[in-house]
Amino acid sequence: MAEPAHSDEPLLKTPLHAEHVALGARMVPFAGYDMPVQYPTGILTEHNWTREHAGLFDVSHMGQAFLAAEDKSHETVAKALEALIPADVVNLKPNQQRYSQLLADDGGILDDLMVTRVGAPGHEGWLYLVVNASMKEQDYAHIQARLPKGVSLNRKDELGLMALQGPSAEAVMAKLSPEAAALSFMMSADVQIDGIWCHVSRSGYTGEDGFEISCKGEDAAKLWRALLADPEVKAIGLGARDSLRLEAGLCLYGHDIDTTTSPIEAGLIWSIQKRRREEGGFPGAARVQREIKDGAARVRVGIRPEGRAPAREGSVITTPDGREVGIVTSGGFGPTVNGPVAMGYVAKDVSAVGTDLHLIVRGKPLPAKVAAMPFAPHRYKR
Amino acid sequence: MTTRYTKDHEYIRVEGDAGIVGISDYAQGQLGDVVFVELPSVGKTLSKGDEAAVVESVKAASEVYAPVSGEVVEVNSELEASPGTVNEDPAGRGWFMKIRLTNESELDGLMTEEQYGEFVKSIS
Repeated sequence: MAEPAHSDEPLLKTPLHAEHVALGARMVPFAGYDMPVQYPTGILTEHNWTREHAGLFDVSHMGQAFLAAEDKSHETVAKALEALIPADVVNLKPNQQRYSQLLADDGGILDDLMVTRVGAPGHEGWLYLVVNASMKEQDYAHIQARLPKGVSLNRKDELGLMALQGPSAEAVMAKLSPEAAALSFMMSADVQIDGIWCHVSRSGYTGEDGFEISCKGEDAAKLWRALLADPEVKAIGLGARDSLRLEAGLCLYGHDIDTTTSPIEAGLIWSIQKRRREEGGFPGAARVQREIKDGAARVRVGIRPEGRAPAREGSVITTPDGREVGIVTSGGFGPTVNGPVAMGYVAKDVSAVGTDLHLIVRGKPLPAKVAAMPFAPHRYKR
Repeated sequence: MTTRYTKDHEYIRVEGDAGIVGISDYAQGQLGDVVFVELPSVGKTLSKGDEAAVVESVKAASEVYAPVSGEVVEVNSELEASPGTVNEDPAGRGWFMKIRLTNESELDGLMTEEQYGEFVKSIS
C-alpha cells in the first residue's frame, strides 16, 4: 500500500465499492482506487473496535495472482519465485503462507508480498501471490520478465479480498466455516461460506488474530454482508488500517520500506529463512548476507515521542545534541497506545531501545525514545 | 457579539475588543478525530493569516490561521488533555484561543454565518 494515484486518472472501484457508499464511507483516492478511508463513526472508534471485537476491511485493491508451473511441480514454481524473493518457498507446505519481499539486484525492496503454496487438489505447482495495490503493475512486469520457460503468471484482477481482524474474528468465522476457524497462523484453506467459494488464510496486517478471505468479485458483496451481519463485526476503513498496522510495527511499502531500504535494515530478517540466508541465490543476496554478518549501518526502529504531539513521516531524527541520525517513515497517533507512535530509520549506534532522540516537528525538537515494537502486542493464533 | 468565518474554516466570536477563535463544525467533521492540539503562548502577537495553532487528527496535521491580527490573551489549555472536545463542541468548549484585536476593520473581510453556510455548501 502506498501513494495515491494521480487525481486526473479515473479511479478504479473494488467489487465492494457500492457497499462502502451505502454505509456512508468517506471515499478517497488510494493507489488508483476509490477507497473508504473511514465510515461515519470515525477512525478512533474503528481502530478500537478492531482491537476489541472484529473489523472487516476491503482489501480488494491489492493484487492477487497465481504462478503456475506447466509440469505441475511445486519445486519448479518455487525455484522460479526464489530467484526473485529471499523467502524459502521450496519448503512451504501445501496451504502454507509466507511474507516476503521482491528484491532488486542491489537488495532494495521493490515490494512486499504474501506467498502461499496452493493446496487445492488439481493445482499442484501453483503459488498464490498478494502484492500491494500501488505496485501491482510494476510487480507483475518485473516477475513476468524474469520467469523461466514453463512457469506462467496469471493475474486475477476479478477477485475480491477482505480481511476480518480482531479478537472476535475466530468466533465469527466459526459460525460461517468451522474449517477456516480452525486454521493456525499463516495457514489457509479453500472453504464454502454461504455457498460461496472462498480461499481463507489465517493472517492479516493489524497485529490481531484474523483472516484474509479471497472470493470471486461477483460474490464479494454477499460475503461482505454475511460477515457484517454478525454484531461483532463492523466495517473499517483505510485510516484505521494504517493506525492498526503502525501500532503493530508492520511496514507500509513506499513509506517504511522501498527501493532504498534492504530487508535487513528494515528488520525483516525473520522473513528470510535459514536456508536462503546461507545459500543466497536471490537478488541482492550479497548485500543481505553482508548486512546479516556485519550489521546494517542504519536500522528501522520504533520511536515513542514523549509528549502528546505526533511526529509524522519525514520528521528528521537527531540526537539530543543535534546530530542528524535518521528520519521518521511512519508516525501518528496510536489509539491503543493512547499516544503518539512512530517508526523510522536511525544510525546503528543510536538504535538501542531506550536511546534518547529528538524528532524535529515544526522546527522544534521533540524529545523521544527508541522503543520496542510492536507498540500494541501481536495476538496471532500460533 | 458577532461571529465571523474564514475560508480556511476558522471562526472568531467577537465580544468587545477580543474574539474567541476556533474551527467550524464543518472543519472538525472533515478532520475527523482530533488527537492533539498545539496552542500558541499567551502574549504572542499574530498577524492576520499567521499560523496560530496546529490541530492533528489520526491521519494528519493541519494549521489553524489567525483570522485577524492581535495578541493572544488566553488559550484553552483543556484541549491538551481532551483534544476530542474540538469534535464534540467546536463552537463552545472546543475553542482554541482568545485574541485581542488590533484592527477591528479586518472583521469586515470575513464571512458572516450565513455567507459561511453558503460557502460550505458550495464546496461540499
